[in-house]
Amino acid sequence: MTDSRYSQFTFNTVEVGAGLTKALGLKRSDVIGEISASGMKGRGGAGFPTGVKWNLAAAARDEEKYVVCNADEGEPGTFKDRVILSEWPYLLFEGMTIAGYAIGASKGIVYLRGEYTYLRKMLEDVLQKRRENGLLGTNAGGKEGFTFDIHIHMGSGAYICGEETALIESLEGQRGEPRNRPPFPVDTGFMGHPTAVNNVETFAWAACILAKGGAWFKGIGTEKSTGLKLFSISGDVENPGVYEFPMGITIKELLKKVGGSDAKAVQIGGASGRCVPASQFDRAIAYEDIATGGSVIVFGPDRDMLEVAENFLEFFVEESCGQCTPCRLGNVKLLEGVRMLKDGDCSMKYLKELCKLGETMQTASKCGLGQSSPNAFLSIVENFKSEIIGRTGVYA
Amino acid sequence: MLVTERDKLTGELKKLVEECGGDRSALIPILQEVQKRYHHISDFAMQIIADLLNIHPVEVYGVVTFYQFLSEDYHGKFVIRLCQTVSCLMQGTDKVAHQLETELGIEFGETTPDSRFTLEWANCLGMCDQGPAMLVNDQIFTRVTPEKVHDILEACRKAFGPHTAQMMQEELV
Ligand SMILES: Cc1cc2nc3c(=O)[nH]c(=O)nc-3n(C[C@H](O)[C@H](O)[C@H](O)COP(=O)(O)O)c2cc1C
Ligand code: SF4
Repeated sequence: MTDSRYSQFTFNTVEVGAGLTKALGLKRSDVIGEISASGMKGRGGAGFPTGVKWNLAAAARDEEKYVVCNADEGEPGTFKDRVILSEWPYLLFEGMTIAGYAIGASKGIVYLRGEYTYLRKMLEDVLQKRRENGLLGTNAGGKEGFTFDIHIHMGSGAYICGEETALIESLEGQRGEPRNRPPFPVDTGFMGHPTAVNNVETFAWAACILAKGGAWFKGIGTEKSTGLKLFSISGDVENPGVYEFPMGITIKELLKKVGGSDAKAVQIGGASGRCVPASQFDRAIAYEDIATGGSVIVFGPDRDMLEVAENFLEFFVEESCGQCTPCRLGNVKLLEGVRMLKDGDCSMKYLKELCKLGETMQTASKCGLGQSSPNAFLSIVENFKSEIIGRTGVYA
Repeated sequence: MLVTERDKLTGELKKLVEECGGDRSALIPILQEVQKRYHHISDFAMQIIADLLNIHPVEVYGVVTFYQFLSEDYHGKFVIRLCQTVSCLMQGTDKVAHQLETELGIEFGETTPDSRFTLEWANCLGMCDQGPAMLVNDQIFTRVTPEKVHDILEACRKAFGPHTAQMMQEELV
């Protein structure tokens, strides 16, 4: 039963099964055409256009292809995928089935993070019902010649496995160490076969787009960031939770809606995102301004921004896979630096060196973890200099 | 380990590998099940699994040491994982952490001498709007307070036995 908090969400207004029925009545290329027309970019954070990804996977020549749902949701401050999995699992499975039809895959895999094991049984039950109702299996959804099934693979507590190539390594029974890209999963993915990896929310919207039309989605949001998006809002706000907003909403508007107007800063995009000070709350949450997978952590007037930076860097030190030097050692150095700042032992010269190190990590790290882990540190140094410099070390 | 115990474990692992399928991609599901049943993955188990999958034992070791939820060291029947991410911290994780340590008499990263409880930190559990959050094995608890810690641990203690998970569910939900 749907939680009343979400009763106004678009996901509730879309008729169950409408997207899949529509898709299976179209040619494969027209399904992808509809997704492309919507302008939707991936909802997992990186913002790659979903239509382009599906087109590449569809064009790849291989008998065996895969659709993979990234349900590893590990970015600190992100919990919207958990809500989708709990409230609208059928939309996710519809979206995956649509993707399978569109790219010519017969197998779908949900990579569910180990921390969400408690959702597994319910998801398996929904899948079983879909099999019984002919929505999965041979002639799935009543479509002659289309075979598609979905199974669930559990993660084992590693944030890095949310990175798509690490996720595939993990599915293959390996350590979750990211691969070099290219080749991209769309041509060399799971077991070397073309694989479309998408976020939970991306699949759910894909089902809605088929049901309501690409033009409907494109009509919402901004030119470069179309459509609606779920946001995970936590921290110093009156009403934390998951919200649906159009892309392009400004931080100020968002804070007003969730009851966080006295914030001094917001962290957009989780630990890998950026910390935005109150002076910039007119900026928009959109791919062309501040991009995000939907996590917004709000900090009230009394929060110590160095503690925030320390918490995020501890996270990255723990979660770095250790494969490449800038990330493995760089995060340790930045964390040491934050602790020096807390004690008032960091000279301006050294701080500048640390910022340079952060920039090196952004360019020299192998994957998105190391490339984005300095973001929070750099934006806090840039925007809260007066707060972090010259501490006396006696620190309450 | 006694020879009879080894034979028993080998038999059980053989069966498990058959169930999961004998290829490399089955490795992690196999290890997850071993962790669940035996609360750790011993050198001996790694060796047998490697033989069964026809890979080098170091490959198995590499995987076990990579993932947070797989461990060489023995874990308690109840693994408690408290979220250490900033959104939870802002809602009072410190007090909950302290209470857990006091009630259990161990620190984070340790297992109680009676092997019932292991206490660990976890990164974001995806409950940021309802912190402090913690997992007890697979079960999630939100808005945990120091007072609630005691009740949760008591429920675990009562449920100690073969039908643990189910009994805990009945006790607490
Ligand atoms: C360190 C790291 C962690 C990631 N974690 C996730 C995640 O938990 N969920 C997710 O959907 N994407 C995650 N991504 C992004 C994926 O690599 C990939 O871009 C995404 O799954 C593609 O789906 P989308 O295009 O639908 O967003 C992560 C990326 C990096 C670098
Ligand atoms: S950037 Fe970090 S997480 Fe990514 S491959 Fe390098 S060490 Fe691993």
